[in-house]
Amino acid sequence: MVGLSQVLQYIMSGVTVGSIYAIVAIGFNIIYGTTGIINFAQGEFVMLGGMIAVTLASFMPLPVAVAGAVLLVMLCSGALEIFIFRRLRRPSLLQMIIITIGLSIVIQEVALHIWDEKVRSLPYFTGNECSSVRLLGAGLSPQVFWVLGTVGVTVTVLHGFLRYTIIGKAMRACASNVSAAQLAGINVANMRTLAFMVSGALGALGGCVISPITMTQYDMGTSLAIKGFAAAILGGLGNHMAAVPAGLLVGLAESVSVYFLPAAYKDAMAFAILLLVLFVRPHGLFGAPEVGTSSREF
Amino acid sequence: MLRIRNLRSGYGSLEVIKGISLHVERGEIVALIGANGAGKSSLLASIVGLLPPWGGSIVLDGREIFGIPAWRCVSHGVVLVPEGRQLFPDLSVRDNLVVGGYRNKDRNLDIDQVLERFPRLRERSAQMAGTLSGGEQQMLAIARALVARPRLLLLDEPSMGLAPLIVKDVFAIIRGLRDLGTTVFLVEQNAVMALAAADRGYVLETGEVVMEGRGADLMTNPDVKCAYLGKASKEIWE
Ligand SMILES: Nc1ncnc2c1ncn2[C@@H]1O[C@H](COP(=O)(O)OP(=O)(O)OP(=O)(O)O)[C@@H](O)[C@H]1O
Ligand SMILES: [Mg+2]
Repeated sequence: MVGLSQVLQYIMSGVTVGSIYAIVAIGFNIIYGTTGIINFAQGEFVMLGGMIAVTLASFMPLPVAVAGAVLLVMLCSGALEIFIFRRLRRPSLLQMIIITIGLSIVIQEVALHIWDEKVRSLPYFTGNECSSVRLLGAGLSPQVFWVLGTVGVTVTVLHGFLRYTIIGKAMRACASNVSAAQLAGINVANMRTLAFMVSGALGALGGCVISPITMTQYDMGTSLAIKGFAAAILGGLGNHMAAVPAGLLVGLAESVSVYFLPAAYKDAMAFAILLLVLFVRPHGLFGAPEVGTSSREF
Repeated sequence: MLRIRNLRSGYGSLEVIKGISLHVERGEIVALIGANGAGKSSLLASIVGLLPPWGGSIVLDGREIFGIPAWRCVSHGVVLVPEGRQLFPDLSVRDNLVVGGYRNKDRNLDIDQVLERFPRLRERSAQMAGTLSGGEQQMLAIARALVARPRLLLLDEPSMGLAPLIVKDVFAIIRGLRDLGTTVFLVEQNAVMALAAADRGYVLETGEVVMEGRGADLMTNPDVKCAYLGKASKEIWE
């Protein structure tokens, strides 16, 4: 029999990694929505965030290091848009995918050179690896609450930004109809840079908070990208907020699968979910078929 | 106000605007009519910079706006209501208006005014734009452009796909714009309505202006009648 505390342990560990998948998925969505690019280098933002923070933390206080890492990755991803994607003239979807995969490999190589293949991690934000918070009999690392809290706040702020600010509305307008957005006076190229910056910052922040739990290594981005992508598809590509439950679901499925299946199958769970969704509900679990295609007349 | 000289434009190597010259004076309603594929939409797209023009000049109030990027047009006071509405379907009616006023610091004031003029939109301000009826969508497309405070409003086939009664409403709105001090350049296949509403008109054929004159004169011109108004036009008009 499984005890309640053990179930809770599984759930919490699933939700914790799941929330990082959600962050990656939202990153996919923001870039896809505004630019039409599926950015498979999304996982690298998470890795870079963790790595840079670890380096910075060696000579500055942790909060400053985290803020610095987020800022740096944000600038890097903005630069990627300006120097690479902005220069491409009407590339096809396939070209884009190849370019972003290539980019992710290049970033990994660079990271390997700078930080070697050693596994690193940030210190726990509060307490240490031994401290635990007891919840219904389960012992949880306080870092779990840091992850969930950070992700929760970030997602809420992002939601508010997209829904209630003029820049956020303009970003959604670009995702909805590019030429109409231009006609309204929106500089679409700058919006795309902004989308990359938001996405990069988001990933980097995720990479920092999760680092004490899952560690940071130069090649961690690949599997994160795949799982985040699975979550993005599950929620419906371009559907920002649906990525949150979708990411949690992928994380939960993974952590629960360990209980029923050999641990080696864990990483296959995201693929299984991805395939299942693509077969059964191609527009995602929560996505409605395009609203915009309705053309009812009087 | 708008003076276009010898404008040429096209897609790839295909020239579809073959040296067009025309002008629109302040406070006028000017109509441009032409058959399918004559190049009406391409002309408007070239004016606002959505379609990069090849050559010629486009002067607005003495300033050359030839080849400026589309997003700068609003700041010059030129706003296009594109063919097929081109709303933001997954944004609410109100947010469509907000985005329309992206460059307008007083957008909230203007949105309130516009909603005053379009009560149907006010009732539906929280609804997703994609769920509006065709007529409501056209109203929203015009309203969204108005929030940008255009000095020159370009309209691409505002009557397309609408029932005759709604077309009448749309044209009533267009005539009403003049009182707001907005100049209107209107492109239409519905030649009867367009010429009736217009002070002056142009006839476009395969990328060239073949005729111009006062709206009323063009309407009685036998060539125009034959080609664009059809036999039934007299009855429709009465
Ligand atoms: N994106 C495009 N690529 C290539 N050719 C185009 C494109 N858009 C329009 N054309 C061509 O340019 C010509 C003019 O098209 P345009 O849409 O300007 O005509 P129109 O007068 O607006 O017609 P309609 O009344 O049907 O809207 C047509 O021959 C069309 O085939
Ligand atoms: Mg057209």
